[in-house]
Amino acid sequence: MKRTSNIFYRLDWVVILIYLLLIFAGWINIYAAVYDEQHNSILDMSMKYGKQLLWIFAALIVGTIVLLIDQRFFPLFSSVIYAFTIALLLAVLVFGKEINGARSWIAIGSFRLQPAEFAKMATLLILAKFMSKPNFSVYKIRDLFKIGMYLVVPFALILLQNDTGSALVYVAFVFVLFREGLPGWVLLTGVGLIILFIISLLFSPIVILISLVLLLLLIYIRISLDKRRSLYVAGSMAFLSATFFIANVYMELQMNNYLMVMFPVALYTPFLLFSFARKKLRSGLFLLLFFWGSVGVNYSVDYVFYNILEEHHRKRINDLLGIESDPLGWGYNVNQSKIAIGSGGFSGKGFLKGTQTKFDFVPEQSTDFIFCTVGEEWGFLGSLFVIGLFVMLMIKIIQIAERQRLAFARIYAYGVLSIIFFHFAVNIGMTIGIVPVIGIPLPFFSYGGSSLWGFTILLFILLNLDASRFELVR
Amino acid sequence: MQKYSDRKYIIGAIIIVIALIYISRLFWIQVVDDKYKLIADRNATRVETLFPARGLIYDRNNNLIVYNMAAYDLMVVPRQLQEFDTVDLCNTLGINVSYLKKKLTKAAGSPRIGSEVLKQISDTLYASLQEKLHKYPGFYVQSRTLRKYPHDAGANVLGYVSEVSKSIASNNSYYRSGDYIGYSGIEKTYEKVLRGQKGVKYNMFDVHNRKMGAYKEGKFDTLPLIGGNLKSTLDIELQKYGELLMKNKIGGIVAIEPSTGEILASVTAPSYSPSTMVGRSRSVTYPILDRDPLKPLYNRATMAPYPPGSTFKMITGLIGLQEGVLKPYHKYSCAGAYYSRGVTVGCHHHVSPIALDKAVQMSCNTYFCHVFRKIIDKPEFGSVEKGLNKWADYVRSFGLGVDLETDLESERKGILPSVKRYNRVYRKGGWSSLTIISISIGQGEISVTPMQLANMTSAIANRGYYYTPHIIKDIAGNGIDKRFKEKRYTKIDSSYFNDVIVGMDLAVNGIPGSGSTATIARIKDVDMCGKTGTAQNPHGDNHSVFVSFAPKDNPKIAIAVLVENAGYGASWAAPIASLMVEKYLNRDIDENRKWLEKRILDKDFISELNSEENE
Repeated sequence: MKRTSNIFYRLDWVVILIYLLLIFAGWINIYAAVYDEQHNSILDMSMKYGKQLLWIFAALIVGTIVLLIDQRFFPLFSSVIYAFTIALLLAVLVFGKEINGARSWIAIGSFRLQPAEFAKMATLLILAKFMSKPNFSVYKIRDLFKIGMYLVVPFALILLQNDTGSALVYVAFVFVLFREGLPGWVLLTGVGLIILFIISLLFSPIVILISLVLLLLLIYIRISLDKRRSLYVAGSMAFLSATFFIANVYMELQMNNYLMVMFPVALYTPFLLFSFARKKLRSGLFLLLFFWGSVGVNYSVDYVFYNILEEHHRKRINDLLGIESDPLGWGYNVNQSKIAIGSGGFSGKGFLKGTQTKFDFVPEQSTDFIFCTVGEEWGFLGSLFVIGLFVMLMIKIIQIAERQRLAFARIYAYGVLSIIFFHFAVNIGMTIGIVPVIGIPLPFFSYGGSSLWGFTILLFILLNLDASRFELVR
Repeated sequence: MQKYSDRKYIIGAIIIVIALIYISRLFWIQVVDDKYKLIADRNATRVETLFPARGLIYDRNNNLIVYNMAAYDLMVVPRQLQEFDTVDLCNTLGINVSYLKKKLTKAAGSPRIGSEVLKQISDTLYASLQEKLHKYPGFYVQSRTLRKYPHDAGANVLGYVSEVSKSIASNNSYYRSGDYIGYSGIEKTYEKVLRGQKGVKYNMFDVHNRKMGAYKEGKFDTLPLIGGNLKSTLDIELQKYGELLMKNKIGGIVAIEPSTGEILASVTAPSYSPSTMVGRSRSVTYPILDRDPLKPLYNRATMAPYPPGSTFKMITGLIGLQEGVLKPYHKYSCAGAYYSRGVTVGCHHHVSPIALDKAVQMSCNTYFCHVFRKIIDKPEFGSVEKGLNKWADYVRSFGLGVDLETDLESERKGILPSVKRYNRVYRKGGWSSLTIISISIGQGEISVTPMQLANMTSAIANRGYYYTPHIIKDIAGNGIDKRFKEKRYTKIDSSYFNDVIVGMDLAVNGIPGSGSTATIARIKDVDMCGKTGTAQNPHGDNHSVFVSFAPKDNPKIAIAVLVENAGYGASWAAPIASLMVEKYLNRDIDENRKWLEKRILDKDFISELNSEENE
């Protein structure tokens, strides 16, 4: 079987069709976003849409080249590609050009390259290579540690470029690990942490603490074997806590309310631990772990929020949670973006008719906020179409992943899915005010050569692997 | 690894759930919630109001008396401001830096909208500013129109234009804060005609506030409708002359064309220059005028109630004739006063006995006291109350004591004595015709405005009817309300007027020594009829009053003049009326009468009043 002549027959053309539709829709919307009367030719090379067309043609050529490469090349050269990308990321830190506060570009003449867009693919390749080794297991701490190392290097370097959005993408690889056997509670804990973080920002610590104590007591009564005893224990604990709290408030003991409520619980904890251990009640142990973990998270949220996060992160989060707003200041982008999308209505204002789009009310509209153009000019129907395309693409990728015979290809496919999903969820989520503003592009859609090429290579490697999946069993 | 393959469903489910959350959110903000559509429109479109030019006002001879002048306001859009040379701008504008800072701070409240920095800058300043304006992005000049008065007369009649008050702006949908509205006079009564109709233009703006063309190709735009021009009944030359004659005096003049009811002149004194109540200067002028104890803003011609004094005698006589209690040939003797049951009404010395015409000529109080009592106590009426009511009906038919319903705002009805009032003062049945005898000669409980007095004279001149006095004879080429074209008949037959008019003629033109009271008002070759009045009042010296019309047949002008606290009617009011009539009929004052004109012009009652008060 001559693979060079036949790979095109084995390609998944549905994925390619979705891909082509996305880049075409993106290009049309970029045209609308930067449209002005003087330069209204869609082929005008001095404008973003003209350039994007150039990037599209180049991407198609790059994609074709990727398809022509032998599939064995990818696992074989993954380390080299990874090392080369890391070198590029380092180079950016030294020689990089700073745009919008992020030092993410390498400029060669008028041509600018954003290595972070390619680092995702490179990291994924080496991860897939590593995780597809026969003796790999997510239960081995050593292996998990190695995965962490592979991820942390590009993550840290991109963070140093001040490109938080592109760095956070690496968090998405948790899906890959999950598919490869990472216990479900890790994901749940992650979700729990996010929820607790949000709750901690929205409510005062004492309210959360009292709720947690009540929750602890209720669950304790529920799981306890000796109901009467548990009622007694829980009752006395609640009574003590309440007494301490009320005494503190009314007798002005000048003690920390937090400590007053916690003290009785802390007092009872060794006793409970002992009794759960003796009765081999695992759920009881988990309960205590959950309780103290939550208290710890709650206690440290303020620290994380005020000392680790930066000012603009805090503001974006506060804006999202409705704690603070400044529609003319730092909340401007999201506010204008919501206005643009919201004003589109059911069927949109029509191509080139969006006033928010045409009159530049939304900053970064051809790149990170390209979805606004869709929402405004094509309305709910247009938004549904774009979201539909992405969902189809992602479901298709799951399907492709699951039909792979090689672990490498499957892991790689889930990696592609994770990256696309993260970009999709965060990008569209921020334009409609569900996710804090994190500057990452919408895959295949946003303006920019690096991003388009990065995603094209990412996807076309998958197509290549998929098309070649029968080769080794021939 | 096959054992974990079911996890693809969990991953797929997560993707679907997120997609569904996003779709519901999109459905909410795009389809359900309308808020964003409104905000988007507000973001990109801005309404520009196109102000039409206000209507012009001409006098009866087509002289332009009110027109518009362009004025320029300097505005600022704070969002567009960039660093600029504050000192240079302030020097150009002639303002200090702290003023500019104050205005900019105030404007910062609405950063995307133009706020006023300096109102009504002059043409020359505008010209020099225009050259520099490019250096100050964010600043622009908005043009407005201001009223201009080439004759600088008739302030109280014309009224003035000013920015709408907050209450009008919030209660009337047409006006927005900052718009102009007629606040008094013709500007107020004819506001709707003069203002025209504002136009609107919806413009689209981009995020940098650059104009990006019309919203929806101008589908919702409307053109402004220019204000309608008015033709006034005023003779601006006569008006100016009246104001000149009344200079340094207090009182009013009203001249009416009897054949139409058109107001030829309406003078109130003291008054002010209308040009000082325009634009920026109004804020300086208005408080001064408002605080002036002589009340220059008060239109005495239409509002001030004065006792008519002897000018009312014609009405008493006419009612007597109509009621048949008086025949023109009835004579009453007068020994210098009217006496009856302890009541004395003084009169002056004149020949006696006399008939009606001579009684008017010589202004005999006694004669009209007799006539008045005969009217009130006429047996057919049955009671003094019914008599007074009947009398009041006659008086009202001359437009006295009632609203004339002219087209001038701020018109007052004056006061007519009523049964109710006398019952209150003297209790019911406690008064008789003798108690109220002074109203026979226009004293006591009766007071009228100069406008009503002129209208009464007009009714006499017309021998029994008048037209509602009005100040506008044509509205934008469409004529005027037909109520101004309808004759209002008095309750006196026209046949009775002759004897009274003969008396008024004699009062002016009687042979010397015959007892004529107003010979000073005589004009060569003009058959002028008049009646003096010397109105006693509680505020000081008698008011000098004079009513007259001319010529006797086919009268062209009826006039009433009142000069407060100036003494005899013949001394001041009569010559002023006479000069006005001469000016109107002959367009000029005869050389032989220049001395009289000079005497009037030189007289300064206001300084006299002030010096008296200081003594």
